[in-house]
Amino acid sequence: MTVATVPAPPAGTGKNPAPRSGRAARARRNLTSPWASVVALGIGLIWSVPTLGLFVTSFRARKDISQTGWWDALKPQNWGQFSLNNYQTVLSGGGTSDLSDYFINSVVMTLPAVVIPIFLALLAAYAFAWIPFRGSNILFVGLFALQVVPIQVAMVPLLRSYVDMGLNASFWVLWLSHAMFGLPLATFLLHNFMKDIPRSLVEAARVDGAGHVTIFFKVIAPLMVPAVASFAIFQFLWVWNDLLVALAFGGNTPDLAPITARLADMAGSLGDRWHVLSAGAFVAMIVPVAVFLALQRYFVRGLLAGSVKG
Amino acid sequence: MKRSISKGMAAGLGVALAVTMAACGKTEPNNNSSGGSGDVDCSVYSQYGDLKGKSISIYTTFVDAEGATYEESFKGFEQCTGADIKYEGSKSLTTDVLGRIEAGAVADIVAFPQPGLLQQAVATGKVLEAPAAVAKNVDTYWTTSWRDYGSVDGKLYASPLGASVKSLVWYSPQAFKDAGYAVPETWDDLLVLTDQITKDGDVKPWCVGIADGDATGWVATDWVEDMVLRSAGPAAYAQWVNHESPFNDPKIVESLEEMSKIVRNDAYVNAGIGNIQSIAATPWTDGGTPLLDGQCFLHRQASFYGGNYAQESATVAEDGDVWAFYLPSADPSIKPILGAGDFVAAFADRPEVVAFQTFLSSPDWANAKAKVTEGGWTTANNGLDKANLRSAVDQLAFELLSDPSAEFRFDGSDLMPAQVGSDAFWKQMTAYFAENKSEQAVADAIEAAWPKS
Repeated sequence: MTVATVPAPPAGTGKNPAPRSGRAARARRNLTSPWASVVALGIGLIWSVPTLGLFVTSFRARKDISQTGWWDALKPQNWGQFSLNNYQTVLSGGGTSDLSDYFINSVVMTLPAVVIPIFLALLAAYAFAWIPFRGSNILFVGLFALQVVPIQVAMVPLLRSYVDMGLNASFWVLWLSHAMFGLPLATFLLHNFMKDIPRSLVEAARVDGAGHVTIFFKVIAPLMVPAVASFAIFQFLWVWNDLLVALAFGGNTPDLAPITARLADMAGSLGDRWHVLSAGAFVAMIVPVAVFLALQRYFVRGLLAGSVKG
Repeated sequence: MKRSISKGMAAGLGVALAVTMAACGKTEPNNNSSGGSGDVDCSVYSQYGDLKGKSISIYTTFVDAEGATYEESFKGFEQCTGADIKYEGSKSLTTDVLGRIEAGAVADIVAFPQPGLLQQAVATGKVLEAPAAVAKNVDTYWTTSWRDYGSVDGKLYASPLGASVKSLVWYSPQAFKDAGYAVPETWDDLLVLTDQITKDGDVKPWCVGIADGDATGWVATDWVEDMVLRSAGPAAYAQWVNHESPFNDPKIVESLEEMSKIVRNDAYVNAGIGNIQSIAATPWTDGGTPLLDGQCFLHRQASFYGGNYAQESATVAEDGDVWAFYLPSADPSIKPILGAGDFVAAFADRPEVVAFQTFLSSPDWANAKAKVTEGGWTTANNGLDKANLRSAVDQLAFELLSDPSAEFRFDGSDLMPAQVGSDAFWKQMTAYFAENKSEQAVADAIEAAWPKS
């Protein structure tokens, strides 16, 4: 996805200042050449084929899916194969609860799980970037090193702590778990972005008598919007699509389970209703796609801003 | 989006909204019952006492529509005793449950889909021994072999719940009638019939599919187990499963070779799908589909495959579109049946948990479950009234399970250590089809994967 979208912004946004060095100019020329566009478009198209196939499949009957490929349905004489039956099955829910219950669970799980790590990581990143203290470098490396700890290792001990704290089987375990697992990357990403903010800007504010709190809210925070947005998308997609953490900590009950859990169950215990899965996938996909489209300009800007500056 | 203030407010609102919704979700009682059952006869439930205000949690592998039938089957118990059953079904139970036990976050009652997993759970020391009332039910309504599968070191921990029969061959009664074939009574008859079908028409007789995502191969292990039961015999089967004889014992290799006569014969497989290699790539849920349009005559698969045919809108009945016969053995006087089942064990001994556990091991539950299940479920509880089972194939499976002359044997791959039963055995059987690996090489490779201890 990124491969296809990265070349786009230099071509699209005319606001970029004229490139100064020869290398940047060359890169710009190369990236905006018609050939590069053709290649990018081609890759984009190839990349979309499986999704298109899944989309077509989601409208087909079980028998047709198992007998012919999805491209078969595209022939005009086969257009009669298209039906909304799979979507009907998916939306009506199969078990004892509606799909909407799980949808709400997903929303309830995701929003705090995105907001909490961003809030904490912003504070931590500010401290690491602008408050000099002893051992800050070691602490920072240590924090980022936590990124390599696999979730699976932490699961049983973490679950035990939740049980001890009496938080088990509530949304808190999901919010806290996702926040914990997201924090190292969030801190790292936001810190790298934050330390690139010109020192003079912060010093000027300090000369004007601003303390850390004022600097954080008045100077840093507004500049951080693209970085925060790009991380928010990352975290949102990760949490929304998560199944492992939700099942391991929350459990598969209609009170807590997100839409991915419902999707995994949709095919039935023995997989005898596999044909509704493609339709279910598209229903579950609506929200992440909408979020990505709404925030994608921040996403690209935030990614680039962290890496190619200076 | 432009101003950070509005963004902050939006985020704040989001959190507030989320918190309120979470609160609602927690306090709201979960009673969206599908189809009320007001005419429950409470007299059978009086023995479980008054459990008003008590709640019992149960954790199983059954989800979606199947899970709903379990919840439905608890309705009578809930109405008459006043207890609240909290049901959780998850297909990841087999991977989750040991961690949950470890963390102390496990449900009151867990339905283990494999005796091997039950043994691992018992090894943690957290599983409670079955209460006397449950033990009494198990002794009354199940055969001793079922009691043994729920026991560890002679102590009964879990009562059997559901069961399935795997030694079945699906066929089309109409196609058999048209061609004048009879249901074979012995293994040799089956081979003769297979040969006859290829001679009569330009079709292959057998269709097989063993693909199932990361569990690809389990269908083939069922084939092997059925063959070992028939070719080497139930006694050798028990030794093989418990590793008292090695996996590559000559008897086992012979059984594999006997199996190859059908599933690795290009003239016999893979009907309506492709060549021998296609067996490894065909999803097991599609394996029996060619039977419906006459491209395939025989499909060996468990009783629960009836659900798949029902999804294809085929009638599953003796005079319907598809039906099944017992996979015959070489000697008709021995009737080994391969099957599987689940076992419920408790992690708490509160009176309401004991009452519910007793209920689950009783014919009361078995009959309640049968009444609300359209198909794909049966049990070895002989207190079940066969007429309550709503699908014909479930009745057939129940008949086989309660046949006194039949020797029931549990699915061996569920009893073997996980490194073999749900890894090497699956993978080697996939290679057996996909790479045409020899029977000896397959058996040797699985033996090599058996954990040394």
